[in-house]
Amino acid sequence: MAALVQFKQGFKDGIPIGLGYLSVSFTFGMMAIRMGLDMTSAVLISLTNLTSAGQFAGLTIIANAGSLMELALSQVLINLRYLLMSLSLSQKIERKMTLVQRAIVSFAVTDEIFAMASAKKGRVVFSYFLGLMCLPILCWVMGTAFGALSASWMPVDIQQAFGIAIYGMFLAIIIPPMKEDRAIMQVVLLAAFISCILSFSFIGAGFSIILCAVLSAGILAYLHPIEEEME
Amino acid sequence: MNTIFYTIVMAGVTYLIRAIPLLFVRKEIKNRYVKSFLHYLPYAVLGAMTFPAIFTSGGDFIPSLVGTCFASMLALKGKDLLTVALAACVAVYLAQLLLTLLSL
Repeated sequence: MAALVQFKQGFKDGIPIGLGYLSVSFTFGMMAIRMGLDMTSAVLISLTNLTSAGQFAGLTIIANAGSLMELALSQVLINLRYLLMSLSLSQKIERKMTLVQRAIVSFAVTDEIFAMASAKKGRVVFSYFLGLMCLPILCWVMGTAFGALSASWMPVDIQQAFGIAIYGMFLAIIIPPMKEDRAIMQVVLLAAFISCILSFSFIGAGFSIILCAVLSAGILAYLHPIEEEME
Repeated sequence: MNTIFYTIVMAGVTYLIRAIPLLFVRKEIKNRYVKSFLHYLPYAVLGAMTFPAIFTSGGDFIPSLVGTCFASMLALKGKDLLTVALAACVAVYLAQLLLTLLSL
């Protein structure tokens, strides 16, 4: 059955993402305990949010007993990039996807799942996406629990080394298409360059990503509009 | 305040941001500029997220830089995501270890 094949393919594509998430959510679980949350809260946050930067920022606000307004605003700023990704995905998914299916897909729009789905040739079908989200969600939740459990004994240098995992994954996603397509290389370099400059400014990381992405994709879309038959 | 209220607000806001475009943009976008913009967007987002964050992601700058170079090399050779990610971690760990040994 075609749907099953798609599901399996998605599931397989989710393996590296899931393994990458283990290390990041592990760090989140450890930090949550260190900041005074209990394990159930940490796991519940991971299960319902499924986002890295947003959760880390939220954790700081919760630990400092900040206001709900402040928390909501921080999430909007940091996670606004998902709005752009979902918009991009709305063009990438098969046209006949139902409202309920879209609502389910929406839950799992993360940087990596989005990148994986975007890199796929042709339209993305629901069963592929469903397969793709399985392991990342499971690993995100499990990693949080493991992190919470091992907050006390894990050596710091090993914890630190895991921090690069997610970025290594990003490199593996963006470098191959950069080799093939000059315009993609330019957009990545431009975004990275602006991002490095903005890191010296007062602009927060979440907002900075949006600004860099919109600017560089906007400029490249103007300089190198894609051919009509590419879509 | 109970953590559960925080969790609900966080999750609600994050979900809405993700769901609104997927639920309401159902038509195909025809405008060539917008299409090109959306085509480049994922790469721009990842580029901005990776740099400069990757340079401090493994703790100190030097081990992170070693990890970054090693990961870039493997990615250039077309290795898969997991290999690149794990190799980066190992490179950071070893570089860190080496630096500690040299400073003793």
